[in-house]
Amino acid sequence: MPLTESVTTPAATKLSAQHVHMTFTRDGKSTPVLNDVTLEVAKGEFLCIVGPSGCGKSTLLSAIGGFLSPTGGEIRIDGQPVSGPDPRRIFVFQERGVFPWLTVEGNIEFGLFKLPRAERQRRIAHYIEMVGLVGFEKAYPAELSGGMKQRLEVARALAVNPDMLLLDEPFGALDSITRLIMRGELLRIWREERNTVIFVTHDIDEAVQLADRVAVMSGRPANIQQIVNIDIPHPRDLSSPRYLELRNGILTQLGLAHQV
Amino acid sequence: MNSLAEPRWWEKFLWPVAASALFLAVWHYSVIYSATKVFPSPLAVERGLAELARKGLLWAYIGDSLRRVALGYGMAAVIGVPLGLTLGWYPAANQVVNPVLQMLRPISPIAWIPVSIVLFGVGDLTAVFLIFLAAFFPIVVACVSGVPNVPTIFRRAGRNLGLTAPQLLARVVFPAALPQIIVGLRLALGIAWLVMVAAEMIAVDSGLGYLVIDARNSGKRYDLVVAAMLTIGVIGLALDLCFRRLRNIRSVRWGFPQ
Repeated sequence: MPLTESVTTPAATKLSAQHVHMTFTRDGKSTPVLNDVTLEVAKGEFLCIVGPSGCGKSTLLSAIGGFLSPTGGEIRIDGQPVSGPDPRRIFVFQERGVFPWLTVEGNIEFGLFKLPRAERQRRIAHYIEMVGLVGFEKAYPAELSGGMKQRLEVARALAVNPDMLLLDEPFGALDSITRLIMRGELLRIWREERNTVIFVTHDIDEAVQLADRVAVMSGRPANIQQIVNIDIPHPRDLSSPRYLELRNGILTQLGLAHQV
Repeated sequence: MNSLAEPRWWEKFLWPVAASALFLAVWHYSVIYSATKVFPSPLAVERGLAELARKGLLWAYIGDSLRRVALGYGMAAVIGVPLGLTLGWYPAANQVVNPVLQMLRPISPIAWIPVSIVLFGVGDLTAVFLIFLAAFFPIVVACVSGVPNVPTIFRRAGRNLGLTAPQLLARVVFPAALPQIIVGLRLALGIAWLVMVAAEMIAVDSGLGYLVIDARNSGKRYDLVVAAMLTIGVIGLALDLCFRRLRNIRSVRWGFPQ
């Protein structure tokens, strides 16, 4: 049987967000940010969330990560309501999240404090190799480039064996060449590890290149306007008619013109 | 030579040495021209230092002063850093303690002398207590204000990786605030060294502060007074230079823009 990369096989539900509302109140003024967001993500799926900037994508991701509790509705992971941050689902920030006072090794080891020493050493070596930081074990983040810091943060997240990765515009601060390389790296790692990935971005191309499905959010207060299935197998041809068609569909959905 | 060029190794020493030589020359000739009977010349001070060293007093007094500062300052750091971090971490606790802290802080440690003599008697303990007080408040304040400056992103990452609140304080907040804590510790050491002199003048009969007051009281030996002053200055400078080197430690260097 041929192996295909498309996710047509039905899988168990990993995440289920039902009628999630989020309203921020500041100085007696309330601002609705999320308005009735309903979303299901399958186990092992790669989902991208796109939308205009400031629409509440990051708020939704923070709520999934357990850092914010919704003012209405419910988020369940593996059937359990989310009640706080949990090492089983790791939130990856832009590279600003690595700890500058620890070496590359120290950063990866940070979340492994409950494990015996031998297992810690094994995982450090494994993930340093996976993200291509061999030779930089003793380096401090200040000595690394932006792309290397980003890979370090991904390695730190993967080392605790999470079953979900929540990425908040992780490549936003990188230059366009590094960003392309990092996308490839992330897909390779995802194929190896098979975590469920939720990836927030404002870059439509990035979403169509990476995701199994793309959730398109509206402006604030946001809900999910449409979920687009990206039925192109990896590695994806960025000039194929189907790629352009899907990309244009999302652009239209967001109300953006096709010409600059 | 323009300002971007790397200075030669001897240029680092040239200017401090030249300035010191000029200072000594001005001092020396001022004493001669004014024909003062009270103020000693640099040579008299040098003889005074040699006399102190011969009697074995110089090193003993330096040792006593350093020991008292190490004790008082050390205790202030050991109590002040965890206390300050905890207060910064729990705003509610800070609101209870802060008014008291803010009221005690502007009181000069010198004002505590009568109280500490009542509590600890005249002796080493009083001197150590006064030095402790001098260092304690700047350390606590530096730690309290360091905590909110720790980026939310670091705390989130720590919580996400499974840390409990005390672990988060020790493994994220403390190292993230450490550059700022070091700045506070350095300031506190400077103040502790200042207060040491006053503490030794009233509470004990050894140490550099005692030497200043004793040399004046027993025979108006101003050469020894100035010798003690210079020793205090040189050691204070050396302590500060040592402290400045701490920022080169690799796990805190990120917090000090080069």
